Amino acid sequence: MIALEPSIKNRPEFINVRVRRQDGPGQKPYWELHKIKYEREMNVISVLQRIAAQATTVDGKKVTPVAWDCGCLEEVCGACTMVINGRVRQSCSALVDRLFEENADEIVLEPMTKFPVLRDLMVDRSRLFKALERVEGWVPVDSYYNLGPGERISREDQERNYPLSQCMSCGCCLEACPQFTKIELTRQEGETEEAFEARKKAEYDEAFVGPHAISQAMLFNNHPTGKALAAERLEALIGPGGISACGNAQNCVAVCPKEIPLTTSIARAGRATTLHAIKKWFDR
Amino acid sequence: MAASTQPARVVVIGGGLAGLASAMKLAELGSKVDLISLTPVKRSHSVCAQGGINSCNDQTRQLGDDEWKHLDDTVYGGDFLNHQPPVKEMAFWAPKVIELMDRLGVPFNRTGEGFIDRRRFGGTLYKRTAFAGATTGQQLLYALDEQVRRQEAAGAINKFEFWDFLGLIQDETGRCRGAVAQNMNTMEIRSFPADAVVVATGGCGLIYGRSTMSVFCTGSAASRCFQVGAKYANAEFIQVHPTAIPGADKLRLMSESARGEGGRVWVPRTPQDPRSPRDIPEADRYYFLEERYPEYGNLVPRDIATREIFDICVNEGLSVEDDRMCVYLDLTHIERSELDRKLGGILEIYEKFQGVDPRDEPMKIFPAVHYSMGGLWADYVKSADGGLEAGAPRNHMTSIEGLYAIGECDYHYHGANRLGANSLLSCIFTGLFTGTSIVNYAASQKSGANDVPQSLLDAAVKAQQDRHDHLLNGNKDSDENPYLIHQELGDIMTRVATVVRKNDQLQEAIGKVDELHERAMRVNLADTGAWTNQNVIFAKALQDMFPIAKALLRGALQRDECRGAHFKPDFIKPPLTSDDPVERRRQAEAWCDAFQENNEKYLKSTIATWNSSTNQPELTYEDVDTSLIPPRPRLYGLVGAEAIEEVWNERAAALAGNAQPAGSH
Repeated sequence: MIALEPSIKNRPEFINVRVRRQDGPGQKPYWELHKIKYEREMNVISVLQRIAAQATTVDGKKVTPVAWDCGCLEEVCGACTMVINGRVRQSCSALVDRLFEENADEIVLEPMTKFPVLRDLMVDRSRLFKALERVEGWVPVDSYYNLGPGERISREDQERNYPLSQCMSCGCCLEACPQFTKIELTRQEGETEEAFEARKKAEYDEAFVGPHAISQAMLFNNHPTGKALAAERLEALIGPGGISACGNAQNCVAVCPKEIPLTTSIARAGRATTLHAIKKWFDR
Repeated sequence: MAASTQPARVVVIGGGLAGLASAMKLAELGSKVDLISLTPVKRSHSVCAQGGINSCNDQTRQLGDDEWKHLDDTVYGGDFLNHQPPVKEMAFWAPKVIELMDRLGVPFNRTGEGFIDRRRFGGTLYKRTAFAGATTGQQLLYALDEQVRRQEAAGAINKFEFWDFLGLIQDETGRCRGAVAQNMNTMEIRSFPADAVVVATGGCGLIYGRSTMSVFCTGSAASRCFQVGAKYANAEFIQVHPTAIPGADKLRLMSESARGEGGRVWVPRTPQDPRSPRDIPEADRYYFLEERYPEYGNLVPRDIATREIFDICVNEGLSVEDDRMCVYLDLTHIERSELDRKLGGILEIYEKFQGVDPRDEPMKIFPAVHYSMGGLWADYVKSADGGLEAGAPRNHMTSIEGLYAIGECDYHYHGANRLGANSLLSCIFTGLFTGTSIVNYAASQKSGANDVPQSLLDAAVKAQQDRHDHLLNGNKDSDENPYLIHQELGDIMTRVATVVRKNDQLQEAIGKVDELHERAMRVNLADTGAWTNQNVIFAKALQDMFPIAKALLRGALQRDECRGAHFKPDFIKPPLTSDDPVERRRQAEAWCDAFQENNEKYLKSTIATWNSSTNQPELTYEDVDTSLIPPRPRLYGLVGAEAIEEVWNERAAALAGNAQPAGSH
């Protein structure tokens, strides 16, 4: 990574920020232009904080603060993911000085497009977490009592698993994936909360599970106790919306902020599911 | 209902390490859990913890370490304000906690042979700390998140993510019968009746505006309990972490593990030396921690490292930059591959946010508010062996019956200063340990979650709905903006209540914060909408920061001493000055007398109770259980430490009636 130019020429006095807003689910999106004072070492979070405090557009119109999600502000929680100048990424690590190198005139902020918008830059990513349930992304321990240490694990295995385990469920890979398409359902009149949740889950379960979940399946299949569920995970990946839905575009690995080797996981999953299918055929 | 014939129904508030460990354990014990969190639990603030988790282990044991020494380091590092029975229990559970997390799949770094690798952290001479790269908190949290998802799939846990806890439901006896929370998208407010409620909502760093904490760490959940009768303890004890990366929106943590792996803190001997750090020869560098603390070096406890960095910049004028205070934290002497393997995560953070590769160039760091040692007061039942009585319903119960506090928002474990890598331990430990206590409490109640009168639930919801509606519409003529008031509060608190505290400044700040509190109560919101209204959620959190801020300032004002993170230069105990052995001995005697006298007065927990008619906290003081390890002077690096220690050990031995020096086991 290159150090920031200590004296970026022509530092602007003000920053123009164009935000794609939406008042609620299913409503019509619209653009709004904000102008804030430039400060040293700003990131998109501090830009949005200034916009919230000022709550006035460039034309002096009083508006509601822009809604967005954020958490740790140091790129480990995944909350503040959005589309910035056309590229999906975390707003905390999107530094204003860098963004100027991409576009000197304005910063453009949009919500992710593969998830239903809740409001403004906030989206509903619950489908992403449901996919982790679909691949049973956990170690099926007997209990949470003290039963001594786990198995010894070689440094090699640890070094293979740790990068996969750093997935912060931000959704960048899903935003970039051509095979992962938006599902937006609305609760029907008279439908109970439970029935609506069940309908959503059924719909999600048919659709592409996503590279993040495939990678988690490989993570747990490479754990000494986790692999007890290896067959179940591979079954989930063989079914509809599983590994065969991947079109091998390789966008996921390109946008992953944690540089997780997602395509390596997908390749491993491909081989493992093939072997699993053959084995099943012989076991019939 | 005879509650014991049905599964306990428990509301857990907060989905960090403590909340998830609690929910998971309660599910195993057969409870039905409603888990309420402001954010998807996988995004909780625990992800920010970097360095590791402590326990004595096979390696350290063979060097003479044991659980008692872990306890000793913890209470000595905490300046003896820790409650020793819970700390003892934690130290003895620590190896088991790490083994459980190992079984759950946490990718701890491994030795060549495949054992869990360990590193050294501050305040100890042993390598107790297990770690997963430099993202240990994230990895531990994910392992618990996965188990909670598993329990959710099995129907034992119901998650309510993007729900804001607003208040407790209490019956006429004051007992907690559930919680009221709000959906942060639909803005629906509803009740969650329960047999018991667990608060696991972490620290209150946002009171300081910018800190190393995540945006959720407002302390508002604890405050909402405090304001309806839960006592709040040791509010003034706030850890300022020595090494953070200054930023406009957040002060990002640079883990202690950077020093644990050999990182060295220094400044150029010439103020603001214009040379690039790599061109400054060793002779022109001042490794001030190593020079001032030869034994612990860069790994002195956090409060000490913080004060020294502050002192170097503020009093000695040796800050690296002239317009901004910072010192170097240098890793460039360590092999790149080693750095990548053990510290990759945090080095990437520095690189991403500062645009400089810390493998090539020393990092620039400065202290930042990091952790709340204080929190909701909670009880415990001491066992015959000096630890905690397993399964006793009163363990971790707050002063409100049926309400439990665990994790960073309790107050027992870290005293006046927390040791690095003990927080992840205390969070997971309290979550696991309290499971049986909560279940036993629920089973002992005649009237349970299903028996809460509807009128009680309705009234609790209505009270919160009224507050909500008033905020949206009640202050139409006011021009108070919650974001600007938050900035003002943060500026005041950072100025007067961090590293150095002075009574005149605290007194003045109390007046200003009173005024700000009144202004915060009449904020006029830019957003009065009924959908995903973050403005009103933030306004409520802001208003609820004030009771904690007030308890903190008042506690700091009334505590005229130096203890751990609470440092008042006007009450410092001076080093010994004489070289004459007799006079030096006399000085050491006098020092010990003063120390003893001070302990009698101030070795107490500060207990705040909220008075809602005056809108002020009222403080009382409570004894600390120091029954296992007698308090002794904390002498890291003090001039004359040996003489003081000698006198002190003689006195302790005389008191104990044997020749065993204090603190050895």
